[in-house]
Amino acid sequence: MNHLTASVRWLASDTPATRTQARLGAVYRLLRRLLGHPIGVAGLVVVGFIALVALGAPLLPLADPAAQSLGERLLPPSAAHWLGTDTLGRDMLSRLVFGARPTLAIVLLVLLASVPAGLLIGAAAGLWGGWVDAVLMRLADVFMAFPRLILAIAVAATLATGLWTAVIAIALTGWPPYARVARAEVAAVRQAEFIQAARALGVSRLRLLLRHALPLCLPSAVVRAALDAPGIVLITSGLGFLGLGLPPPAPEWGAMVAEGRAIVFEAWWVSTLPGLLILALSLGFNFLGDALRDVVDPGVK
Amino acid sequence: MSAGEMAMQPQQPADIPVPVEPPPAVAAMPARAAWRRRARWLASTLLTVFITLAGLLLVTFLLGRVLPADPVLRVVGDRAPQELYDRVYREMGLHRPVAQQFALFVGDMVRGNFGKSLVTGNPIAEDILRYFPATFELATLAIVIGVLAGIPLGVLCAQHAGRLPDHLARVASLAGHSVPIFWLGIVGLLVFYANLGWVGGPGRLDVAYRYSVPEVTRLMLVDTLLAGEWEAFGNALSHIVLPATLLGLVALGYVTRMTRSFLLWQLRQDYTTVLRLKGLSESAILWRHALRNAAGPILAVIALTYAYLLEGAVLTETVFAWPGLGMYITDSLFAADIPAVLTATLLVGLIFMLVNIASELIQSALDPRTHRP
Repeated sequence: MNHLTASVRWLASDTPATRTQARLGAVYRLLRRLLGHPIGVAGLVVVGFIALVALGAPLLPLADPAAQSLGERLLPPSAAHWLGTDTLGRDMLSRLVFGARPTLAIVLLVLLASVPAGLLIGAAAGLWGGWVDAVLMRLADVFMAFPRLILAIAVAATLATGLWTAVIAIALTGWPPYARVARAEVAAVRQAEFIQAARALGVSRLRLLLRHALPLCLPSAVVRAALDAPGIVLITSGLGFLGLGLPPPAPEWGAMVAEGRAIVFEAWWVSTLPGLLILALSLGFNFLGDALRDVVDPGVK
Repeated sequence: MSAGEMAMQPQQPADIPVPVEPPPAVAAMPARAAWRRRARWLASTLLTVFITLAGLLLVTFLLGRVLPADPVLRVVGDRAPQELYDRVYREMGLHRPVAQQFALFVGDMVRGNFGKSLVTGNPIAEDILRYFPATFELATLAIVIGVLAGIPLGVLCAQHAGRLPDHLARVASLAGHSVPIFWLGIVGLLVFYANLGWVGGPGRLDVAYRYSVPEVTRLMLVDTLLAGEWEAFGNALSHIVLPATLLGLVALGYVTRMTRSFLLWQLRQDYTTVLRLKGLSESAILWRHALRNAAGPILAVIALTYAYLLEGAVLTETVFAWPGLGMYITDSLFAADIPAVLTATLLVGLIFMLVNIASELIQSALDPRTHRP
């Protein structure tokens, strides 16, 4: 117990001794404020639970999500199949659990591609200005002009369908908002004293960008990423619904909604349950992002 | 000085006597400066439009011609004899350099020559014109529903900011953001059509009324009214009300949130304090003053939401068998009719761009402080 109070005191210290302590302290204070925000806690619980279950899916005592049993088609929820079975007699619960994996993987990969790209492009435009700024921001305008879902459909339709196609298609239109915000934030401090000081000390252009300008954009980027995630979940499941997601036997929520669509009047659970999960995951991300926005920057409220 | 700026110099007629005391230069500045600003704004908007359009064309070209492994195989199938393959290869112009192919492609697009659908054999432009009104009707009704409900809700939230109604509306609007529209459509049909029987099912009209109304505008509600067929109008209404309301819910969430935050910003301004001191009631301040001052950004949000609804309509239409642009895209998709898909993509991108510019124009027209034409 003593250890715990000591480490909390170390984290909350007003006079951090090292850079690491200061950083961890900032994260700790942010978490404390997030945990005091009811909507934020709700979002954290929902997203955390779905992520945990998805990660641990192979360890859970579940039926094989691909095992068909044609004698047990469209059974309503029962003790053997807690959430019933689908048109091929596969266990719904197991398919729902395994279906979380591709959705979360796509969200993660899209964010990993679009956030760093957007931040780098935006910070470079804001820091260097001039023609670099003009060219990069026009490029951002072009990709902003595309309707996201439609472009994703067009990309998925022309390339082979699969996880990576979906990631590329969604990330392609995902980076410009990050770039715009980062540019505005960096441009505001371009002539600030600490940047001038760094320049005077002969810091290289790249180091100035990476170590001095980029960190300023991180807080708003985290908030934006949390608010961006639900959109990615919806586009991913929309692609799955149209049959442009993962190829069939793989369980995927959007595709499961589509499978159950024709029989929704006889077997409501096949189509409605995966939809509820899509709603829960994207609502969880929205709650989290909304609370993070309040916590990170109380001024925007 | 550029030619444009030269043209804008006011002409000084020679026969007017020069006043003894020349007017201060400051007085003449605003008009000229305003014109220069307008010209610069117009030039930069046109440049953005041009570049965006070029980008749209380039991406659709790459998707259609360059990225697929072999666009010819997609047309002729993989069992075609070599002669047929070669002929189609030349017809598609694939033996030309890529830059020249792109130039030809742009030329075709600019002339409105979008090619023929691989499935229906009709010119794609003709097909799209036939499908688009249904989407337009659906999205327009949805935005009307979303705005008529969303703005009062937003005002309510601003009035009770931080209290229960505000929190409820916050959760509800986040839910509206998070719901997969295709799933909501299925559940809506299950409840309101199959179980309660309150609304018409999929499609725009019951089979019995089909072909009973002459096509004029291709907007079902307008056409039935023009023909004076009240029964058919009621039927069309019962079909459109569910998909439009569900799409409207998506718009509602966004409009409510944004209206709330714009109004709260207005309430922090000094003029609202003055109004309060004058003794105006809180709702009069909100409805008569704050809302009017926030009209510019709210309208801009509505325009952006409308563009977003066009996208949402793609998935909604699939569920409701609504013969609009979304249905056209998905049908072409399943038929592997890539030119049709890409042309529709291009069209939606174009509408997106126009709506964005329109929203910017509206905003600056309503708020002179943004200093644009």
